[in-house]
Amino acid sequence: MRIEIERVAKRFGPVNANDDVSLTIQAGAVHGLLGENGAGKSTLLRILGGLLRPDAGRLRFDGRPVALDSPADALAAGVGVLHQEPLDFPPLTVLESFLVARPRAARAGGGARALLPGRGRAAGVFLPRRAAREELLALAARFGFSVDPDEQVARLTLGERQQLELLRLLSLGARALLLDEPTTGISGAQQEALFSALRRLKQDGKAIVLVSHKLSDVEALCDRVTVLRQGKVAGEAEMPAGAARLVALMFGKALALPERLPTAGDGVALALEDVGFGDHRLDLRLARLAVRRGEVIGLAGLEGSGQRLLLRACAGLLRVRRGRVAIGGADLTGRPYPAFLRAGAGYLPADRRREGLIAGLSIEEHVALRAPRPGVFLRPREIRRAAERAIEALRIHGRPETPVEALSGGNQQRAQLALLPGDLALLLLEQPTRGLDIASARWVWEQLLARCRAGTALLFASSELDELMRYSDRILVFSGGRVSPPVSVADLTLDRLGRMIGGELDEPAPAPAEPAAPARSDP
Amino acid sequence: MSPEPADRPGSSAPRSPGVRRAWAAWPGEVASRLAPLALALAFVAGLCALLGASPAAVAAALWDGAFGSADQAARVLATLAPLLLCGSGLLFTFRAGLYHLGVEGQLVLGALCATGAARALWPGLPAGLVVALCVAAGALGGVLWGALTGALHTRGRVSEIFAGLGMNFVAQGVVLYLVFGPWKRPGVASMAGTEPLDSALWLSTLGGTELSPAALLLAALALVGTAVVLGRTHFGLRLRAVGLSPEAARVLGVPAAREMLAAFAISGALAGVAGALQVLGTFHRLLPNVSSHLGFLALLVVMLAGRRAALVAPIALFFSALNVGSLKLPMTLGLESSLSGVLQGVLVLLALLSPWKARVGRGGGRPEEA
Ligand SMILES: Nc1ncnc2c1ncn2[C@@H]1O[C@H](COP(=O)(O)OP(=O)(O)OP(=O)(O)O)[C@@H](O)[C@H]1O
Ligand SMILES: [Mg+2]
Repeated sequence: MRIEIERVAKRFGPVNANDDVSLTIQAGAVHGLLGENGAGKSTLLRILGGLLRPDAGRLRFDGRPVALDSPADALAAGVGVLHQEPLDFPPLTVLESFLVARPRAARAGGGARALLPGRGRAAGVFLPRRAAREELLALAARFGFSVDPDEQVARLTLGERQQLELLRLLSLGARALLLDEPTTGISGAQQEALFSALRRLKQDGKAIVLVSHKLSDVEALCDRVTVLRQGKVAGEAEMPAGAARLVALMFGKALALPERLPTAGDGVALALEDVGFGDHRLDLRLARLAVRRGEVIGLAGLEGSGQRLLLRACAGLLRVRRGRVAIGGADLTGRPYPAFLRAGAGYLPADRRREGLIAGLSIEEHVALRAPRPGVFLRPREIRRAAERAIEALRIHGRPETPVEALSGGNQQRAQLALLPGDLALLLLEQPTRGLDIASARWVWEQLLARCRAGTALLFASSELDELMRYSDRILVFSGGRVSPPVSVADLTLDRLGRMIGGELDEPAPAPAEPAAPARSDP
Repeated sequence: MSPEPADRPGSSAPRSPGVRRAWAAWPGEVASRLAPLALALAFVAGLCALLGASPAAVAAALWDGAFGSADQAARVLATLAPLLLCGSGLLFTFRAGLYHLGVEGQLVLGALCATGAARALWPGLPAGLVVALCVAAGALGGVLWGALTGALHTRGRVSEIFAGLGMNFVAQGVVLYLVFGPWKRPGVASMAGTEPLDSALWLSTLGGTELSPAALLLAALALVGTAVVLGRTHFGLRLRAVGLSPEAARVLGVPAAREMLAAFAISGALAGVAGALQVLGTFHRLLPNVSSHLGFLALLVVMLAGRRAALVAPIALFFSALNVGSLKLPMTLGLESSLSGVLQGVLVLLALLSPWKARVGRGGGRPEEA
């Protein structure tokens, strides 16, 4: 399907989220949409997906003008959108989530093209469970995704939820797929699976739009890119165009990497002794970990291998099953979350919509919630000033009274970072740069490293090997229900890290691990 | 859901975040409340016509029943007091995202504890002190009931809806037991309740009517206090955070379970006071029907008010007038007085279903509007 966007504009109050945007997306091609945080990429996708109505401009699908009043309209016209924050149904099972929100036409086997012929014609009132299960499994097999129809959606990793959503859209007959940052927060393997699925869909003649901040994704997949800047089209390029050219188009300048000087100092910020932690499907053990003040520990592994559990255990949100947890010398084993907060632990969850921020509250209300010594009455003026300071410090595109759900994805991430208290002993981050554009990601790391220089120890989980290798002092690898002992990055290569994530935890280090720098030694 | 207009003067005295947003939505808010009202009135008018009574006559009879005489008007205001108290309590629980149906039981338990206190303390202590202690006992009983409901919900993971309903049954059962058992009037045990309290303990009323100014004043203070606490304190903001997203609130350091318990306890205290006032000011005894379903009626009021404190007072007054006014329907028009209940129910249902519905609820809804 060919999508023509003609002079589309969308304003939110004072913000021109899309400003006279025109572009054409060809069938059988992958079109990249690039731009810094808040450039208007998600807004354009929401317009194409029927979630937002443009203030001006027109859309044509296959040459025919369309007016989309709802996501159902867009789907009926063949456009499926994979949103930046998955809009699925956590309390349901995978199969139910696959079935739900199915327009009547598709349920009855009309309208949308059925991928399995003869499916569900009798279904009107009852959910066609068996047929749907077959269809789901067949679709999944076709794209090499592994899905368990009876698993709870709430228990899936982000990548799995995304695969499910993709399959759902395809089963509803989507002929154009728009993906908003589909590779943030998913594992390398899941990304491979996604890319090969997308290549196959491209061959099938579908139009594909890919929004991503990762140039490697764009270079691997896209045939053509459009760059947005402040709501306007800043330029187009045929691929391959070269990373430098894309960065220049996006930010108007070249970018430098932040310097990574050792930040680890003396004193133990976090000590774990023989801890056991887990959830309903994992049971992990970590013999010993002592993190020095200012040290950066990376947690590597496929999404959902237990990194999040370790972070939550250190944050006091998950009780350890055995062993001891101490922060700054104080034993906190078994203590409630507020005790961890008082001891200076800060936690930044990856799922900002459900855990990090409260949809419905503004930035300043979040700031007030986080006030260290709140008193009884809200003091609006002080709160406003504190919010303005936070907005300035993290360069959030928003105002104190902006509700957080109106921020762009990257700005939500900044808001989350802005809400972390200033003087933390231990900072626990899940995917700290998820959704940030390249310039912002580097800038955020500068801020984080500044905290480390001030003595904060940092544990972060990331699915990006580059990020892990660049910023960590030591890395723990999570794989196959086990955790490796901490490995100094000096002893690691990208390749070895990749193999460890793939399951080769026990491979001996190439050199006997007795590094000289105190920052890298394992006390 | 466009954000506030860009040209809003930034220099205007900043109000607290919650309050400001409440007022920004004002005009649309009013329209969205009035539309279901009109629909419900039309529906009930149709119903009247079907029953063979002219809607105009019914309206006139209702008006006359509510405000025809000073006595009746006083009764409307007397009914208003417990509605405002229970409604204030419900504003707390709704703000915390809880569908708290246990107000009814809290009110009943408040009445029970107040009666118990009166029986135990009178005539050993001066009347004024006994009355004050009765009110305190009522509040305490309500707190106990609220906290139990809350504990069932936060500790026992029972849905707050079922916890509340269950506690209502228990409270009602205890009252029945007392009225027909240990506290029965000498010789006769009946639905008419216990022996009346000594008239020294009755709240003074306005010129021989049912209206106790003290009760109404207390209720008005409760509502104003509730608006202030919810709109302008950290506690109010934390409750809102918990109501919108308990999980995120917890990560941000809000003790969600504790705040929910507090909301239950506060609603219990306010409903318990209402129960005590029903005993001291209206019935002067404990009787099985001491609540007169005012707890449930308050639930309807708060739902219709969209959980806005400012709207609770007028809507409660309207409902109270309907309740009192309808008592005359059987005599004047030969219609059932429960017609007012039908009107109230339809009103709330339409308000909840209305497409103009303001965005209320547990949050997490789609932020964008197409
Ligand atoms: N519902 C809304 N209400 C108000 N402003 C909004 C709303 N949605 C988006 N905006 C604003 O529009 C601008 C563009 O947002 P959009 O989400 O399209 O950015 P984006 O390019 O997807 O950024 P990111 O890379 O951070 O996801 C931002 O400044 C954002 O704050
Ligand atoms: Mg976006």
